[in-house]
Amino acid sequence: MRTLTAWLAGLLFGLGLLLSGMANPAKVLGFLDLAGHWDPSLVLVMVGAIAAAALPFTWAKRQQRSVLGAPMQLPTSRTLDRRLIGGSLLFGIGWGIAGICPGPALAIVLSGHWQILLFVLAMLAGMLLFNALQRWRTP
Amino acid sequence: MTIDWLNFTPWSALAGGVLIGLAAGLFVVCNGRIAGISGVLGSLLSAGEGRAEKALFVLGLLLAPVLWSLFGRLPVLDFQTGWLGLLSAGLLVGVGTRYGSGCTSGHGVCGIARLSPRSLAATLSFMGAGFATVYVLRHLLGA
Repeated sequence: MRTLTAWLAGLLFGLGLLLSGMANPAKVLGFLDLAGHWDPSLVLVMVGAIAAAALPFTWAKRQQRSVLGAPMQLPTSRTLDRRLIGGSLLFGIGWGIAGICPGPALAIVLSGHWQILLFVLAMLAGMLLFNALQRWRTP
Repeated sequence: MTIDWLNFTPWSALAGGVLIGLAAGLFVVCNGRIAGISGVLGSLLSAGEGRAEKALFVLGLLLAPVLWSLFGRLPVLDFQTGWLGLLSAGLLVGVGTRYGSGCTSGHGVCGIARLSPRSLAATLSFMGAGFATVYVLRHLLGA
């Protein structure tokens, strides 16, 4: 059952990304271009998503287990550190270069454009590089 | 700044956002997990727990355009970056989201929805860096 809900959640997530317009890198760059001809659409994507997710997360925070009996795995860390901010800044620079973040990247990777294949391969390489650096720093 | 009214799509943006939020809600209510794409993908690459659920979540995401195309035309995808830009952007997004423990979905949607101060700080950081990068590339360097 949990495998089914996981699959459904991924599918619904991808359909939402496609409908929202955020799968199109040019539209994301139009949002990030504050000084140019600004397209505010992404603000509404965030507002809609946060509003719809607020109630489920408010419920989830008070539970030990999900409705299907899985342990509730919510992050507990509350410290703002260099890794969080530095990593997010690096991510933001990459996002600003191409207008693609991980969700939309996966939602369009099967679209047949070479650009997204190259981006996703580079992104996976970046994640593997992170894993390698982690292993190297903590033997 | 001028508003790009021609490309502004408030209703599809809001409706798409609500779908994204419902999907994240479904995942946490049923599976007890954060629908953070970089986190799910990263832990699939490093042999974390719950691989079957995470792999199916990713599979659903990959198949979304297939389902979509049964009912209508896929949205236009306009890439404005050359190969070198795509390569460096992908690397930065991969490393950055893992160091920062999340991306637009994990921090931006799920994190803010559960009122996490860390996620708010992360979202302000990557949005700020995104705005600054586009400003430098488009308006200072004219790329």
